[in-house]
Amino acid sequence: MKYIDEYRDKAKVLQLLQLIKEEDAKSIRIMEVCGGHTMSIHKFGIPSLLPSHIQLVSGPGCPVCVTDRKYIDQAIAYARMPNTIITTYGDLIRVPGSSSSLEKERSNGRDIRIVYSVLDAHKIAIENPSRNIIFLGIGFETTTPSSAFGILNAAEMGLHNFFVFSAHKLMPPAMKALIDEQVNIDAYLGPGHVSAIAGTQMYDFIPSQYHLGVVVSGFEPTDILTSILMLVKQLNSGQAKVEIQYKRAVKREGNIIAKAAIEKVFETRDDWWRGLGILKNSGLKIKESFEQFDAEKAFEVEVEPTRQDSACICGAILKGIASPSDCKLFARACNPENPIGACMVSNEGACHAFYRYGQ
Amino acid sequence: MKLDAIKLGHGSGGKLSHDLIDQLFMQYFKNDLLLLQGDSAVLNIESQLLSFTTDSFVVDPLFFPGGDIGKIAVAGTVNDLAVSGAIPKYLSAAFIIEEGLNYDLLERVVISMANEAQKAGVMIVTGDTKVVAKGQCDKLFINTSGIGVMNEQNASISSGSNIKVGDKIIINGSIGDHGMSIMAARNELNLSANIESDCACLNAMIHKVLSNVSTVKFMRDATRGGLSTVLAELANKNLFGLEVSEEDVPVKEMVRGMCELLGFDPFYVANEGKLVLVVAPEDAQTVVELMQEFEEGKQSAIIGEITADHIGKGWIKTPFGGKRMIDMLSGEQLPRIC
Repeated sequence: MKYIDEYRDKAKVLQLLQLIKEEDAKSIRIMEVCGGHTMSIHKFGIPSLLPSHIQLVSGPGCPVCVTDRKYIDQAIAYARMPNTIITTYGDLIRVPGSSSSLEKERSNGRDIRIVYSVLDAHKIAIENPSRNIIFLGIGFETTTPSSAFGILNAAEMGLHNFFVFSAHKLMPPAMKALIDEQVNIDAYLGPGHVSAIAGTQMYDFIPSQYHLGVVVSGFEPTDILTSILMLVKQLNSGQAKVEIQYKRAVKREGNIIAKAAIEKVFETRDDWWRGLGILKNSGLKIKESFEQFDAEKAFEVEVEPTRQDSACICGAILKGIASPSDCKLFARACNPENPIGACMVSNEGACHAFYRYGQ
Repeated sequence: MKLDAIKLGHGSGGKLSHDLIDQLFMQYFKNDLLLLQGDSAVLNIESQLLSFTTDSFVVDPLFFPGGDIGKIAVAGTVNDLAVSGAIPKYLSAAFIIEEGLNYDLLERVVISMANEAQKAGVMIVTGDTKVVAKGQCDKLFINTSGIGVMNEQNASISSGSNIKVGDKIIINGSIGDHGMSIMAARNELNLSANIESDCACLNAMIHKVLSNVSTVKFMRDATRGGLSTVLAELANKNLFGLEVSEEDVPVKEMVRGMCELLGFDPFYVANEGKLVLVVAPEDAQTVVELMQEFEEGKQSAIIGEITADHIGKGWIKTPFGGKRMIDMLSGEQLPRIC
């Protein structure tokens, strides 16, 4: 398959591994902050190929995993409103709320539909003019433009029954918070799709203020290994900088059209991250000029008090200071069929990847 | 833990389905025959071994590239009998029909069942029809049960109790075709993917193998839950491990592409004409060649082997030497966010 096979080429992979081994064996902890990277790393068995002085740790890169339980509880409250259809990306439906999940609500007869894009939600809104369609807008810079265009197009079409419940988040504040909390890492494997949208200037503070390297990586084995090699070289030469390995998708300035759409529809707010707490200017809310599409403004619902599971260490796992196997619940009370923490739900969650691929 | 409600994932054929069987059905239906949990039950009636199985079919859409609900209803049950080592003989067919279903459409399904039964050499000898009010079922559900005859030497095939370390694992062709053809046919994705379901009766091919080779230790059709679920189940229940080489497992380009796009793993995607066999190493190549004589076995390949290491677990070896664990499908496969 073109654009895939050449990046999974066995000879190239082995050559890259050799080059990594030829570098100075200084110990290095590299954090990936993109769920797609977590999944690729485990799917291709990359940790089992690397020398022991190179450690990969998973950070808060899975949008489902960092979404706070309160958001799920509120989405469930919306789902229980009469005349309402909830539309959501698939991963979210299994995430446990305080006492239920969207999947359970669906079993109880609430109308909750998995969609692949905000355009599907539009279609449902047009087909059901007498019902309210709420799209659960979650994700980082990667999925935010589609929510933004969803709102812009709805405004243009005059859709009156389409709403977005935004939990969109920005990646750089989380990357900063982790370093400020003195999480033990030496470099970042920069997120590929986030950077394709938002560009890479937003990471400049990481080398300049904290002296940590960032290499924005693609998702195939040769991409990830090349990026690791680049980070190892930075470390060994005492340099820290922002580099792009994933040049076929990422430009330094990002996608200007997508950025403009985000700018038009959203503004930043302090937001709550599972495991990290409230981070300043890390979330996106819908601007007042588009408030008729904002579910939070349009509907008032009573949300049950949020109950967190005290034994779950998702927070520490998201910060890369604990491994899934350190959790008392891991693979016992918490497993993919019966997830307690969100890290076990999504394909991209560190616990799910550990569980499924046994790393 | 007691459930409050049944979720869709309980029907996915993966771990949730297993939990439901173990925690509910086994608890109340428990008997020695059921405990074996093969694709078919093997019955000894007046010293004739019979294989007996049942399956219900609720596929949406009713017609898809490569098959339809009728073809699957016959092939699914025929295959469950054949993989237990039996020669399928007789089927029942029960229809639950939604009021208002187009007659011609039903006739097309019935004709398809008749054709498939004839091809497989089985007779549909009893049946039942129920019609429910509009909205109480989705167009058409079909249940088929089947009986086959078996000889003594094949009786251990469904449990795999004779498997030894070093035995080879074989599959009869590319994985994930059925699941992805259904995904594409549902049209929710607006993808035009030219993928045909692999839906087919495998009994002729299996009969040929069993008539020529006496060291087939295990067979299972890899339907819902995909190849991974069959392999994980096999390893979990036994005192050996297994290792499969990703490179050697055939996956069609189109299926791979769609899986990449959706974030699915083809190892977990459903098949309707795929068979996993475990065979003694000295006969593995012969089995592959015998199967390659059949249309449904053209791409047969040895994909792995039974190991003494990591007992109870299955591993996939990636093309460049990395490893990852095989697990049963948990819940439904969900498309990823980004």
